[in-house]
Amino acid sequence: MSQRNKVVASFAEAVRDIPDGATIGFGGFAMPGTPFNLIRALAEQGARNLTLVANTTGGAQQPRMPDIALLVENGQVRKVICAFTAATRASDVLPFTKYYEAGEVEAELVPQGTLAERMRAAGAGIPAFYTPTAVGTELAEGRETRVINGREYLLEYALPLDYAFVRAHRADAFGNLRYWRSQRNFNPVMAMAARVTIAEVDEEILPVGAMDPDDVHTPGIFVHRLVKVPPPPEGLWPQKRQERNR
Amino acid sequence: MSGTKGWNRQQMADRIAREFQDGWIVNLGVGLPTLCSNTDIGGREVIYHSENGVIGYGPIAGPGEEDLNLVNAGGQNVTLKPGAAVVHHADSFAIIRGGRIDATVMGAYEVACNGDFANWKVAGAKGGGIGGAMDLAACARRVFIILEHTTRDGRPRLVARCALPVTARGVVTLAATNLGLFEPAGEAFRVRDLAPGVTLEEVRAATGCPVLA
Repeated sequence: MSQRNKVVASFAEAVRDIPDGATIGFGGFAMPGTPFNLIRALAEQGARNLTLVANTTGGAQQPRMPDIALLVENGQVRKVICAFTAATRASDVLPFTKYYEAGEVEAELVPQGTLAERMRAAGAGIPAFYTPTAVGTELAEGRETRVINGREYLLEYALPLDYAFVRAHRADAFGNLRYWRSQRNFNPVMAMAARVTIAEVDEEILPVGAMDPDDVHTPGIFVHRLVKVPPPPEGLWPQKRQERNR
Repeated sequence: MSGTKGWNRQQMADRIAREFQDGWIVNLGVGLPTLCSNTDIGGREVIYHSENGVIGYGPIAGPGEEDLNLVNAGGQNVTLKPGAAVVHHADSFAIIRGGRIDATVMGAYEVACNGDFANWKVAGAKGGGIGGAMDLAACARRVFIILEHTTRDGRPRLVARCALPVTARGVVTLAATNLGLFEPAGEAFRVRDLAPGVTLEEVRAATGCPVLA
């Protein structure tokens, strides 16, 4: 693959080499920024024993889109690391819950800001950090804390990724990325935390030099493969959320 | 779902929103707290922050006006106000941990008079839903809670000590329920406001710890 052209022809080709046991981060917060097409390709590729990092375990939104829940249902997942391992509404049951309660999948529940910062730290060469978040809670039990300037902080470790799957709005062939609105969310920190970042992109991929350097959100040095998302129905795009009946 | 007595859901949110001061940066949690954005607070201007990095979002987008790549913390398609900005998730939580959020408004299962509250895990569940709640609770300058005063089977949600796993300790500034507005005061709640038609005796009967007038 040329250093100057990271564009690959298909999602299948982009995820072909992902091995069993890989740790993969998925950008996305609700629909925006979620790499639905790469997730669907990974479900078809079939790698197993995966550790998945994302905001939620998926499957909560209508219409259902390919997300972590699909990979869990597919039997491809050993562990998830998420800020939600249950629904925000206690009465809602997620697809993930059945597998988790049966002990078929492990979960590490991490506060959302800590999750983002653990990946930011991994990308920034910081092995661990102290945060005030979760001090005094069940999550801090038995773990290292330290009082600094009179306040107690919890030690959290960096979370490096083997792969990051991200979705961006615009890219050039070198992999410089620009996001649109809340599409950005976890994507930039995941791209920096990963050894290999694979991006699915809304717009036609531009020639190198066509993006203004000041408009780049994720520099191409962090991005390794790019796939243009085809128009629907072949490509998957964010949908308007259907409100569930309460 | 809503309590039969006192304020309805919107009125509970209104009572909290009336605490907002001009220029505050406010984070509204999913569900009941989003109703705070409907409240008329006169000429005061509040900047709404969402965990996914949106600073300065406006009302829910009308039909046909939605940008499907723009949502608030609840996944609703919102609009942007003039002057809005977008940052990534690590920066969004740097804003939170860095102390820039003047107030966060959240729902909860329980609030204790020592300022603890619980809103991420129900009894007997293996999983939980923390989201940004622990970061916001630990680091926002004020933590406002909106919740029904009692459970559906009549047990108090305002208690001496939380029975459920806490989200943060000693952080709650004010709790609005259908019966009124209450301030944790150590070993008791202090009444800041009673909903119309609600008496102090009724509040005391429905609360799991002492209530000061």
